[in-house]
Amino acid sequence: MHIAIVGNGITGVTASRVVRRRHPDWRITVISDEAPTHYARTAWMYVYMGHLTREHTQPYAEHFWTDNRIERVHDRVTHLDARGKTLRLQKGGPLAWDRLLLATGSIPAFYGWPGQDLAGIQGLYHLQDLDRMEREAGSAKRAVVVGGGLIGVEMAEMLRTRGTHVSFLIREGRYMAHAMPKRESRLLEHEIARHHVDLHLRTEPVTFQGKDRVQSVRTSTDVTLMADWVGIATGVRPNIDWLKDAGIDTARGILVDRQMRTSAPDVFAAGDCAEAREPLAGRAAIEPLWYTGRIQGATAGMGLAGSPTPYAPGVFFNSAKFFDIEWQVVGRIAPEPSPEIVDAYTEDETPHGPRLIRLQADTASGALLGVHALGIRLRQSVISDWIARGVSLDDALRDLPLASFDPEFSRAILVPDLSRQSQRIANLG
Amino acid sequence: MSDIPIYNADADRSLGLFDNPAWRAKSLEKAGLALVALAVVATVVALASDLGRQRPGLFAWLVFGGFGVGGVVFALGGLRRASGVRNDGKMFSSNQARGAVGWISGLVLTGLYVVLYFAPEALAGLIPLGDPLSRLLRDQPATVANGGQWFLYSTFYTLAVGAMGVRALVRYRHSRYHVVRTLSVVFFQTILAFALPYLLMRLQQPELFLHYTWPLDYDLFFPWKMEELRASGQLGVAMLIWGAILIAVVTPILTFYFGKRWYCSWVCGCGGLAETAGDPYRHLSDTSLGAWKVERWMVHGVLAAIVVGTAVLWVAALLDVGWLDAVAGTFSWLYGLIIGSIFAGVVGVGFYPLMGSRVWCRFGCPMAAVLGLQQRFFSRFRITTNGGQCISCGNCSAYCEMGIDVRWYAQRGQNIVRASCVGCGICSTVCPRGVLKLENGPRGDRATAAPLGAPALISELSILDGAMD
Ligand SMILES: Cc1cc2nc3c(=O)[nH]c(=O)nc-3n(C[C@H](O)[C@H](O)[C@H](O)COP(=O)(O)OP(=O)(O)OC[C@H]3O[C@@H](n4cnc5c(N)ncnc54)[C@H](O)[C@@H]3O)c2cc1C
Ligand code: SF4
Ligand code: SF4
Repeated sequence: MHIAIVGNGITGVTASRVVRRRHPDWRITVISDEAPTHYARTAWMYVYMGHLTREHTQPYAEHFWTDNRIERVHDRVTHLDARGKTLRLQKGGPLAWDRLLLATGSIPAFYGWPGQDLAGIQGLYHLQDLDRMEREAGSAKRAVVVGGGLIGVEMAEMLRTRGTHVSFLIREGRYMAHAMPKRESRLLEHEIARHHVDLHLRTEPVTFQGKDRVQSVRTSTDVTLMADWVGIATGVRPNIDWLKDAGIDTARGILVDRQMRTSAPDVFAAGDCAEAREPLAGRAAIEPLWYTGRIQGATAGMGLAGSPTPYAPGVFFNSAKFFDIEWQVVGRIAPEPSPEIVDAYTEDETPHGPRLIRLQADTASGALLGVHALGIRLRQSVISDWIARGVSLDDALRDLPLASFDPEFSRAILVPDLSRQSQRIANLG
Repeated sequence: MSDIPIYNADADRSLGLFDNPAWRAKSLEKAGLALVALAVVATVVALASDLGRQRPGLFAWLVFGGFGVGGVVFALGGLRRASGVRNDGKMFSSNQARGAVGWISGLVLTGLYVVLYFAPEALAGLIPLGDPLSRLLRDQPATVANGGQWFLYSTFYTLAVGAMGVRALVRYRHSRYHVVRTLSVVFFQTILAFALPYLLMRLQQPELFLHYTWPLDYDLFFPWKMEELRASGQLGVAMLIWGAILIAVVTPILTFYFGKRWYCSWVCGCGGLAETAGDPYRHLSDTSLGAWKVERWMVHGVLAAIVVGTAVLWVAALLDVGWLDAVAGTFSWLYGLIIGSIFAGVVGVGFYPLMGSRVWCRFGCPMAAVLGLQQRFFSRFRITTNGGQCISCGNCSAYCEMGIDVRWYAQRGQNIVRASCVGCGICSTVCPRGVLKLENGPRGDRATAAPLGAPALISELSILDGAMD
C-alpha cells in the first residue's frame, strides 16, 4: 500500500505518523514545495526576532524521518488524477498512490486592493515569505501592517524588534472585536501602544502607492501613511487553486465529511485546506489552527490507515501572545453581552502587566461555557473537563485555583466575585 | 508561483560585531560595558607589568571594581527594556551565537583556566590584587605559596555570580520563580562558598563548605582525607558526619520532594555560575539525540569511576597491599586532573560561549548523576504539559541549558521526566503558549500522563508517539 500526502505541515506529518504506527511496512511519501522538511510556521516570528534559528523550528530531527521511513519529496504537485490515482509533479515523474491525503494548508488572503502587487507588500505564511521579509523589511524605517489577527500582531512585534516604525490598520472599532469582550480589547490596545505601535482602528487600506516599490498607503480615513514595507494579515484562505479541475468537491476549501473523506474515493483532506460539509456545533467549517491541524491530521491518518474515525476535537481552546501578554481561552466566550449569558470577570494590574480572568455561563442552565484569561495560565484539561461536564459557574469559581497553571511562587489566580456580578456585566458592555 | 521556491536555511545569520539588527545597547548598558572594558585593560596591564604588585589597592579597585560595578551597571541598564521574555537578536549576536566574539571569549576563558590550574606563576602580577581582601577575610596575604591564585579565582567567581546574578534578576524580574532561585544561588555562593570558608580559615579551622559533599567533593571519603579531617578536631569530624548525612539523608529526601533542582539550580556553585554568568549562553547546549547518548555514558561513567575508585582506595588502605596503593594514588591524581581540573574548570566554564552553560553539569558532574538517578526514578518532580496547547515552536528546547529536547515531549502532551533536568524553569518562562509547568504534586502517572479530559485523539496520539521514539 502506498500512502501519498501532499503537504508536510503539522497536518500531513501527523497523518504520516499515525499511518506508520498502524502499518510498519506501508510506503509513505510526503510531498511539499515549501521546504524539504517540516517546519513550525508558528515560530517564524521568533526567527525574525533572533530568538531562534530556522533549524530550531524543525519539530523533528533528521533521524525521525529515517527511523520512521517517511519519504520526503521536495516538489510541487501540479495535477491530481483522482480516478487514475496519480499525482503529477513539477520536477519529478508521476507518482502513483493507493490512498491520498491533501493537506496543502493556506495562503494569505489579499482583497484586490489597487497596487497590492507592488514590491514590498507581502503576507507571512510560507518559509519564502520569511526570507522575503528578512530581505525587504529588515531595513524598512516605516511599515504598515494591515489586519489585526494573530499574524498581524506578530508582524508588528517582529518589526518593532528591528526598530521599524509600525502603523497597524484594523477594520473594526476595537482590537480583536470578533473574539473578545471589550475590556480585553482595551487592555490589548494598551499593550500594543506600550510597544510603540500606532494603532489605527476603523481603518482599511484603499490603495497602495509607489513606482515599483510601495511608498505609501492611502487609507479609508483619507490619510496617507508612508511605508517602505507593508504586511498583509487579513486572514488566510485554503490553498486549493491548483485543484480546480481535479474533479473533487470544493467550496472555500476541500469539502470533507467527519472522517475527513473528500468526494473522491481514497482521497482525504485535512487541516487548513479542508472545509467541513457539516461543521461540528460551535466550530467553524474551516479551522486554520495548529492543534486542529494536528487532530484532523490524526483523524485523516486513521482513515488512510484503513480505520476511519470521526473528527472529535473536544472542547474548543486557543492561545496566543500579544507582545508580552499571554492569552488563553477554553470553551466559548461571547464578545458582546447578551441576556443568555452570565458573565463573571475580574482583573488586576501587576508591575509586569495586567491580569484578567472571565468566566461565562449559560443563563438558563447555569452551566459553564468558557473561560478567558490574560496574563494567567490556565490548566486546559481541567477547564475543558468542567465545560464538557457542564459544571455550574459557582462550582467553577470555587475550584478555580485548581485550574491555575502559573509557575510556582506566582501571584494567586484571580477569582471573580459573583456577589458583585451586576457590575461585571456592566463592565462587559 | 510557477517554480519551486528556493528556500534559504541561513538567511538571517548576520553575526556582525556591533550591528545586531535586533539588539542595541542602552546608554546605561554602554556605561557598564565601558567599565568592564576598563577592568579588562587593567587586568592585562597587571598581568604584563609590575604595576599591580606596586599598587595592589588601586588595581584591586580597577579590576574587581570594574568587573563588579561595570557588570551591575550593565545589568541595571536592562531595566530600560520592558519586562518579559527578551531574547531579541540572540541568534544574530557575535557573542551569543558562536560568532567571533564568542570564539574569542571561549578561547580566552579556556586559556585562563589552563594557566590557573597548570601554570599559576603566570598569574604572579595579578595575585597581589587579592591581597587587601585576602587579609581582611582570611588574615593572610595572597601569594602562590598559600593558594593566592585560588583566592583570586574565588573572588572573580563570586563577583561573576553576583554581577551576573543582578543581570538575571533584571532579565527575569517578571517571574518570581527566577527571582527567588537567583537570590538563592547568589546567597549560597557569596556566603557559604566564599565568605564563610575564608572566615573559618582565619579561625584556623579547616575550610568548610556546608553545601558541598561527596561525590562532588570527590575525595571527602578517601582514607587519607578522612584521617586528615579526624585529626583536625571537632569541626573536621562534624564535617565528615554532615557530609555523610547530606548525601545519604538530605539529598534523597529533598530530591524526592522537589527534584534535583533544589541543588542544581538553587544551591550549587557550578549551577550558580551557570544560571548567572552562563545565562547568555544557555541556548548553545546541543539538543541532539547523539549528545544525549554521550551525556548518559559520560556522566554515569564519572560516577562509576569515583565509586569504584573510592572503594579501591579503601581496600588498598585496609589491606596495606603495596601495589594497590600505587594504583590508588594514580587514580586519585588522575581523577583530580581530568575531572576536577580539566573537566569542571577548563571545559566546564571555558566552553560556555561554545557549548553552553552546563557542559560540566551534563557530561561530568557525579553529583548530578546521583541526583539525576533519584529524580528519574523516585522523585515527584516533573514538568507537566498543558493539554494540546503546544505549537511546536521550539523555544523550550532551544533555551534548555541541559540540551533537553523539551518540545519532543510537549508536542505530544507528555510530561517531562528527565534525569538531567535541573529545574531552572526557563523552558516554562520562554514558552509563548504557557505549556510547561514545573510540578511536585503526588507522583501519580507522572511519566506518561496523557492530558486529562483531553480529546480522545490527542491522548491516543501521545500513546502512539511513545512507541515511535
Ligand atoms: C506566522 C504564523 C503564525 C501562526 N501561529 C499560530 C498559532 O500561534 N496558533 C495556531 O493555532 N495556529 C497558528 N498559525 C496557523 C497554523 O500554522 C496553521 O493552521 C497550520 O500550519 C496549518 O497546517 P497544515 O499542515 O494544514 O498546512 P501547512 O502548514 O500550510 O502545510 C501545507 C504545506 O503544503 C504545501 N503545499 C501546498 N500546495 C502544494 C502543492 N500543490 N504541492 C506541494 N506542496 C504543496 C505548502 O507549501 C505547505 O508546505 C500560524 C500561522 C502562521 C503563518
Ligand atoms: S527542561 Fe526546562 S527546567 Fe529542565 S533544565 Fe531544561 S529548561 Fe531547565
Ligand atoms: S516553547 Fe511551548 S509552544 Fe513552543 S515548543 Fe515548547 S512547549 Fe511547545
